[in-house]
Formats: sequence, structure tokens, C-alpha cells
Amino acid sequence: MGALEQLPQLAVYGVVSGSIITLGAVGLSLTYSILRFSNFSHGDLMTTGAYMGLGFLWLFQGLLPGRWAPLSFGPALLPALALAMVGNAGLAIVVDRLVFRRLRRAKPVLLLMAAVGVAFVLRNLVLFGAQSDPLYYSRRIQRALVLGGIRIKADQLFVIGVALLAVLALHLFLRYTKTGKAMRAMADNPDLAQVSGINTERVVIWTWALGAALAALAGILSGIENKLITPELGWQTLLPLFAAVILGGIGSPYGAMLGGMTIGLAEEVSTAFISTSYKPAVAFGVLVVMLLVRPQGLLGRR
Amino acid sequence: METVVGILNYLVFFAITACVYSVLTLGLNVQWGYTGLFNIGVAGFYAVGAYTSALVSGPPPGTLDWRMFGGWGLPFPIGFLSAGVVAALLALLLGWITIRLKEDYLAIASIGIAEVIRLLIKNEAWLTNGVWGLKNIPSPLFHPVQSGVEVFLAAHPQLPPWLAQLARGAYNWVYLAGLLAVVGMLYWVLERGLRSPWGRVLRAIRDDERAAAAQGKNVAAFKLQAFVLGSGIMGLAGSLYAHYARYLSVEKFEPFYGTFIVWVMLVAGGSGNNRGAILGAFLVWGLWAGTDFLTEYLPLSDVQASALRVVLVGLLLIGVLLLRPRGVVGEQRFVSRLFKA
Repeated sequence: MGALEQLPQLAVYGVVSGSIITLGAVGLSLTYSILRFSNFSHGDLMTTGAYMGLGFLWLFQGLLPGRWAPLSFGPALLPALALAMVGNAGLAIVVDRLVFRRLRRAKPVLLLMAAVGVAFVLRNLVLFGAQSDPLYYSRRIQRALVLGGIRIKADQLFVIGVALLAVLALHLFLRYTKTGKAMRAMADNPDLAQVSGINTERVVIWTWALGAALAALAGILSGIENKLITPELGWQTLLPLFAAVILGGIGSPYGAMLGGMTIGLAEEVSTAFISTSYKPAVAFGVLVVMLLVRPQGLLGRR
Repeated sequence: METVVGILNYLVFFAITACVYSVLTLGLNVQWGYTGLFNIGVAGFYAVGAYTSALVSGPPPGTLDWRMFGGWGLPFPIGFLSAGVVAALLALLLGWITIRLKEDYLAIASIGIAEVIRLLIKNEAWLTNGVWGLKNIPSPLFHPVQSGVEVFLAAHPQLPPWLAQLARGAYNWVYLAGLLAVVGMLYWVLERGLRSPWGRVLRAIRDDERAAAAQGKNVAAFKLQAFVLGSGIMGLAGSLYAHYARYLSVEKFEPFYGTFIVWVMLVAGGSGNNRGAILGAFLVWGLWAGTDFLTEYLPLSDVQASALRVVLVGLLLIGVLLLRPRGVVGEQRFVSRLFKA
């Protein structure tokens, strides 16, 4: 099959992986705009979330057996998803208390370095507990549905749907709730936010909770899409995440959505032309071009 | 006596690795310690140096190799210098794109370049022999030293066994001596640089970029110089590693061994201080080797043991950042050698 005929199919795969990248990138962008440092441990929060999700899934499969055909999973996934998001949020808040909070007044670049340390610690704790062999969300071979000549699996439709819902929920949260407004205020001007009576420490905790919950969601969806997870999952996604955030404009959640989709599409479509092993390099290429042409990002302010 | 010689030989091996890491930390110190540039792609420049040197000074492709390029067998000094030059050129390209932007961008771009280089090494077998690795990289002066040892042993057949054992390991002592000379020379040059007007500008930029710009300093140009110099030194470290290990494969340039542990070394030793950089390399590598002995006594799989060790190193970094951000030695405050601050 020629490269051109493959394009619509690859575009569909791009939307699927773009949905996962978007969820990670939105959380990363949120923590950036409020905590004001690039959290290099965000990818590994995806990993911890994905492993928590799998642990809870195994736990609930006894209570809620069965499978929603044609999906590869059953009702057990829903409580697992919810608990993993809560658990990951708790983990991020604990890490913040132990590490990042103590560096709040330090130079931002020290936070960056601490985040690299946290990333290695989290990934290797997962590696210590779960070993390096992949763990499977599902071993079932799933037949793809054919819609208008394009193959798509039911699981992939689920991934896109959940990502859409999550992004919509985040949008409503930021726009209409008091906490959401406080978060936006703090992103715009932390000092002004504080003098207008916003409890900034509370906003920080909310930010970690939201970012980590979205990261857990992204990790679990990536487990569903790829069927398996490894402790390297989050680290391997870090470059696409940052590329998405920078592409959209660092610190802009809506830009991160746009960036996530673009990176997902670019990575998948590139496989028609170059070797699949260079997918992370494609994200890097997009990033470099963006830095050269428009460093503030598509929706960024300068 | 044999055990003592065994321990001694191990210590030489340990010191060689720690010296290679010292060169890396010295390079990183120019970027981070002097100038405040956040490069987390050390592994990329290190790998580029190692492969450049191996291709320039190594043997041509063997019959079983996938590689179709390189192996000109040029003398070691040429390979060594080209390693530095190629790594520096790569840094020039990357720095030209990112140096004017916020520090986060340089960090991300440097992770990216290290990852792209890792992918290239893995996939472009025509150049790097891919996952099969580069073999038979020559060690400088290996044959003269080794044949000297043979002659010596043949002339003195009644030597006690421990002395003969010591003599057989002579090459590693020679290599270590060469490495110490390189580290010493680099230290001297970098100290001179740090204490020169050039070094003062770098520290001024690190501490307050806007103030330095207001003094009429071309901030971007100085940052780029520091970035290129530091990366070039990392390339040299790659060459020193390649010609000792004699075999290169992609695993040695993964983020932990190539980048993360170098950062921990510099921060723990004392960033901004060249003595701290060298001390940190020896201390942290000692700790790393020590935990290897320790985990042997625990009922853990290999994967778990190494994961546990990485967790310890990560906690060490976080602990230093929280409790003693200056590191063991810390930066010396000074203005110039004529003027004590």
C-alpha cells in the first residue's frame, strides 16, 4: 500500500495517540502555569498511575467480572480508573510536601533538577516493585471495526471518548468552579491572587491533584491502547509531552490540547515515510522547528 | 598477597571509571556550575565523542559487521581531539537554537538530542553497527606496554606470583596515569578560565542575567561559549571511555549512566567548584560501586537490585538539594586572585 492511501488510517491512529498525549500534556501545562517550573517527573506520574490502575483492575475483576464486548475490558475498569486517579493525586501531593514545597522559594531551575531526581526515584520504585517485564491490561486479540474503509478498535474509540470527556470536564472546572477560577488567577499573577485572599497553598494542592489524576488517566489509556505497560512508559512519553506543551504555548492548557493532537498526528503519519523507531525523534523535530519559528507556541503569549 | 593485588587492580579499574566521570563533571560544571545552563542531555555529547573517536581511530569494519563506514585507524590523539570537536559542533547547533530562550527549553532540547542520538546509534547500523556495537577499539600504547611486560616477565622467571600478577595489570596503571594527566590539565585550564574575566562574566550571567546584560555583556554569546566548551569536554570523556572499554554499545549512554549520575556527582560534590566536581565523581561512583556489594547480600533480582541503587542515588540528589545545596565542597567566593571577596 502506498504512503498516501495509508494516510486516513494513520490519521485515526494519530488521534488515538494524540488523545493520550493531550491528557498528559494538559496536566503538565497546568502544573507549569501554576507552579512555574517544568515538571520532568510528569511522565513518570503517568507510569505510577498506569500501574496503580492495573493493580486496582486486578483487584476489582473478582468483584465485577465480565466484559463489555467488543471492548477488551468490563465494568471493573471504572472503579479502577477512579481509584488510580485518586491514588496518583495523593502520591503527587505527598511528593510535593516532601520535596517541591521545600524548594518553593528556591530558583526555578533547582525545582527542575529536583523533578529529574523525583522522576528517577518514581520510575525505579515501579521497576523495583513490578520488575522490567511488561504487564498486560489485556491479552485478548481484538478485531477492529471497519468504518468507511478505516479500521478502528472499540478500545480506541473508548480512549478518544474518555479523553474528550476529561478535557471537557477540565474546561468546565477551570471556567465555572471557584477553585478553577482561583487556579487561573494564580496562573496569571500569583502575588495578586494571594492578596485577593486566594489560599495559594490550597490551589497548589489542587493543581498537583488534577495534573496527577490526568496523568493516571493518560497512563491507563495508554495501557488499554497498547495492551501492555512497562516502567519506561512515562519516560518514553516525556518528549512528546513537552513537544505538545511547547507547540501549544507553554502554560496554556488549551494550547496543550492542540499540541497533543498535532504531535500524535505527526508521529503516526511519519510512520508512512520513516522507520517507526524514530517516532520520538519526530516529536523532537516538531519541537525544534517550533522553537525556531515561534518559540511562544501556537496559542502562547509573550 | 594475591588478594591485595586483586583489590589494588580493582581500585585502579575504579579510579579509571571515576576519572572518566570526572571529565564529564568538569564539562558539566562549565555549563551548570559556572553559567547556570541546564543540560540534561550529557549522555548525547558523551556518546557522540565516544563513537567519533572509535570511528576515527578504530579498525575498519570486520566481515561480520553491518557498519560500512569509519575505522580509519588514525592515531589516538587525533581520535581524541575529533571527539571533542564533533561534540562541540553538535552543541553549537543545539545552542544556537535554544540558548536565547528560557532555561526550560534548553533542558528539554538537550533531553531530545540525547534521545535522538540514542535512537541513531541503535538504528543506523551502517555507521554505528547498531545493537551489535563497535568492537576492537584500540587502547593507546597497549602493545608497547604489554610487550614490555612480557619481556620483563620472561627475563625474571623467579618473581613471586603476586608481583607477576601486578606486572600483568601494568597497562591499566599506564592508562590511569594518562587519565590523571588529562584530568589535571583540564582542571588547571578550567580554573584559569574561571578566574579570568571570562569566567567572571559567566558567573555574573548565572547570578543575574539582566545585570550582566546591562553591563554591556553579550549574554547569549557567553552562554553559547560555555555550552560548546562544556559539551566538547563531554565529547573528550567519551573518547577516553571508548579507548579503555574497547567496546561501545548503546546501553552505556542511557540517561542514567550518561546523564543522571553525572548530575548527582556534580551537585553532591559542589557545583561551581572544579575540585568539588572531581570529588563528587569519585564519591558518588564509590557509593554506586559500594551499593553493588551491598545489594549482593539482599534477596533481590538483578533488576530490583539496580532499581534500588538508582532510587538511592535519586534520593541522594534530592537530599543534597534540600539539605546542602552547596554540595560537599561548595563554591568559593572570590573576585580575582588580587582581590579577596
